[in-house]
Amino acid sequence: MNPTASTPPPALSVECTECAASITLERQPLCGEIVRCRECRAELEVTSVSPLRVELAPEVEEDWGE
Amino acid sequence: MRIALLHSRIRVEERLLLDELASLGIDHELIDVRELVFDIHDASRWTSLDAVIDRCIGQTQALAAVRVFERFGVRSVNPASVIEACGDKLTTSLLMARHEIPTPRTCIALDEASALAAVERIGYPAVLKPTTGSWGRLLARVNDRDAAEAVIEHKSTLGSVQHSVFYVQEYVPKPDRDLRVFVVGEEAICGIVRHSAHWITNTARGGVASVLEITPEIRDLCARAARAVAGSGGALLAIDLLEAPGRGLLVSEINHTMEFRNSIAPTGVNIPRRMIEWVVATSPASAARGPAPSTGAPSAPSTLTPVPASPRSRASLIEELKLGHWAAFDAHSRTEVA
Repeated sequence: MNPTASTPPPALSVECTECAASITLERQPLCGEIVRCRECRAELEVTSVSPLRVELAPEVEEDWGE
Repeated sequence: MRIALLHSRIRVEERLLLDELASLGIDHELIDVRELVFDIHDASRWTSLDAVIDRCIGQTQALAAVRVFERFGVRSVNPASVIEACGDKLTTSLLMARHEIPTPRTCIALDEASALAAVERIGYPAVLKPTTGSWGRLLARVNDRDAAEAVIEHKSTLGSVQHSVFYVQEYVPKPDRDLRVFVVGEEAICGIVRHSAHWITNTARGGVASVLEITPEIRDLCARAARAVAGSGGALLAIDLLEAPGRGLLVSEINHTMEFRNSIAPTGVNIPRRMIEWVVATSPASAARGPAPSTGAPSAPSTLTPVPASPRSRASLIEELKLGHWAAFDAHSRTEVA
């Protein structure tokens, strides 16, 4: 039996919380990673990788920067 | 060698740094600053770290966390003193003036009437900036007294406490571009030219990047600016330069958590790799233990690592920048604004 057959890779698609478009990620994301919806351009933060979940990323705050 | 990447969001830059840590076989971990709980009496959780690389997007959180790590004996890149020096434009300007590094003329004022006096002293057009923040946010170019009065009143009425510090700078009639130089340690490793028809040329505001030739003048100026904010210890910095007609290059701003995703392709320089290599090469653990392990296996817990001798302590920085009792302060001349 193929050991990988019973452990499918985690889904790399998630629904945009803003516009409901399907977002497909190119690689396994990390918690806290920022992804952008190609449809509505919203910035989303990955809040869980298994299951994959995203939330609207926080707006820019006063002391944010480089 | 074990390195932690301190973050609050994982952007492309953090991903690239993680990729380089992995490809160099350096044992590492991610620390989300939002999840941190420090017991300031117990450093044991952190003593296996040889360095923390601060990549937090919020300066207040970053500074608090870095101060704790440093007190625990964990080296931070950049150190708290560099975050303080670069994260506040007033401090940066004072250091540039103090070290006679060419920079736009700057005045500081602390209430509305003084702010107007500061703008008049600078002359029109003048630029008002918040002392913290990036990406060209809340910059205002005022071309006459009416505009200055309006912006000052808006900042006083609508702004946060931070906006009660009025940072006023001359408008430099630069070409439709500015320069950004990436500095690792004290070395200018590459740079970009940011083009924009708008007077704010940040790529975050739509500026387009192309490669910048690092001339001896740029190399020297950036090394001096890096020493001004980081002493002899070096740092990871992005230094923004303006080309002032008839005056040469001016240091505009220095960024301590630089973004570089749009600068790798035009420069052809693997900026995150150079950053990681510098952190490793300058780590006391490197000298003690030899090359970084190539297996990625966790390294043995270290004893409490002394922080490398800081070229400038916080106390000396504060002493160096003591302002005195000026209502409106010219960062360059130490004379009170009339």
